[in-house]
Amino acid sequence: MNLGGETVQALVTVEDIHTYYGKSHILHGVSLEVGRGEVVGLLGRNGVGKSTTLKAIMGLVHPSQGRVLFEGRPITHLPAHRLARLGIGYVPEDRRIFRLLSVTENLRTGLDRHGVSKARKAELLDKVYGYFPVLAERRSQAGGTLSGGEQQMLAIARAMMLEPKIILLDEPTEGLMPRMVAEIRQIIDTLRSENVAVLLVEQNVPLTLEAGQRIYFIEKGVVRHHALASELRVNDAVIHQYLGV
Amino acid sequence: MEIAFDQLLIQTINGVVTGMILALVASGLTLIFGIMDVVNFAHGELFMLGAYVGVLILAATGDFWLALAAATLAIALLGAVIYLTTLRPLLGRDPLYTILATFGVSLVLQNYALWQFGPVARKIEEPFTGQFTLFYLAYPWYRIVIALLSAAIIGALWLFLKFGTWGVWIRATTQDRVMAQAMGIPVPWVLTGVFAIGAGMAAASGVLFGPLVGVNHAMGVDWVLKAFIVVVVGGMGNLAGSIAAAIFISLLEAYASLWVSPAQAVIVSFVVLILTLLFRPTGLFVATPK
Repeated sequence: MNLGGETVQALVTVEDIHTYYGKSHILHGVSLEVGRGEVVGLLGRNGVGKSTTLKAIMGLVHPSQGRVLFEGRPITHLPAHRLARLGIGYVPEDRRIFRLLSVTENLRTGLDRHGVSKARKAELLDKVYGYFPVLAERRSQAGGTLSGGEQQMLAIARAMMLEPKIILLDEPTEGLMPRMVAEIRQIIDTLRSENVAVLLVEQNVPLTLEAGQRIYFIEKGVVRHHALASELRVNDAVIHQYLGV
Repeated sequence: MEIAFDQLLIQTINGVVTGMILALVASGLTLIFGIMDVVNFAHGELFMLGAYVGVLILAATGDFWLALAAATLAIALLGAVIYLTTLRPLLGRDPLYTILATFGVSLVLQNYALWQFGPVARKIEEPFTGQFTLFYLAYPWYRIVIALLSAAIIGALWLFLKFGTWGVWIRATTQDRVMAQAMGIPVPWVLTGVFAIGAGMAAASGVLFGPLVGVNHAMGVDWVLKAFIVVVVGGMGNLAGSIAAAIFISLLEAYASLWVSPAQAVIVSFVVLILTLLFRPTGLFVATPK
């Protein structure tokens, strides 16, 4: 993959996927690529198939056509739990915290895997509690009792427990206070600095342009355009065209 | 009619002992329902087959405790096989399919037992025959031991669900199966494991209870009916509620049999069931739903 003179190895490649929900055709051939450690934004109006694209990568929706590659390997028909173990973290739009599990137990759902030593587990827990001190304070509290912003952090922290190579973030700032939005922005930068790729679906265009390196525009289930975020920051004609803002 | 204190105490002990066994049967049933949304009509047959495996192993080795452990493991394995062959293919279908499937399995297992072991009840010898004097009664120690063992097995299940990795996996799967999978939890194996654990618990109660009633192919039917009542009264899928309901209903039946014959006392549990469904259909022993 070569874009803007920068060559990055593709981590996730989506090739022409089509999905159906019942009889309605949701994705009409989505193709995109995310490189290692790259933050990629996926923009589009409501209901154009952004979340479905993430679900298809995570194996929660099975494409009827097309395929998804992870590190060059086709993964389209692997079950979601295998994909998580391969290194794909998923933070869904509605957060989907395990409400009756404590904060620590929520984290343990991703942490208690084979091949992770006790010391490594403690290290990973310490690390995310360092990033999210508020979660450390509430570690024994049930997930359902956290505020919206705290739940969002828990959802991201939980995905980080998998030591993923990519995190699929679906509208992480939706409904959050500006202070929380700034924190999410910081987390995305932190992930990038740790060489974790992010595929970010957002309604918040300025944030996506700031945090992302490349942006895909999706319309009615098809990727219409893609560009470097740096170009879009100076020329917003494309944004007007696809998002009408 | 006046009820003497000693009679009341004896019936209390009887009620608690029966209640603990019922709780053991019901907790397997409620575990399977709460986590998998499967109403397992074959639960009584797993109880019955557990007792038969107990009979066979006891006859071969003479060791009751070995028979208990082996029956539990064997039926847990059978439970996993039943899950993989009949329930997993129905995943995502209407619950009616799983009800019909488990009902079918129960008929097959019951008739298999009738064909294999015949209609005559077998007896499991108690592991010890000691008795203690309770007022005018010689009360068998074994009954007390069953109650304690049932409590221990339920306690172990609780600890397992509360602290182990599998416990976290099982609880996460109960709350959100899709998200559990996205977190790398092997949900298909968790579901198989839960069905096996529920089946193993049914088998353990079958062996424990065998010495009191005798083992025959239809022994599961009465128990599973009562266990279903307990599961509904305790709040579907609620483990603590099922245990409380099991003891509550067994105590009520034990007290009722002070006035009427034990056969008529059974009516009490149906009355409790109907009242629960009428006035508190989410279950007696659950917090008021929000």
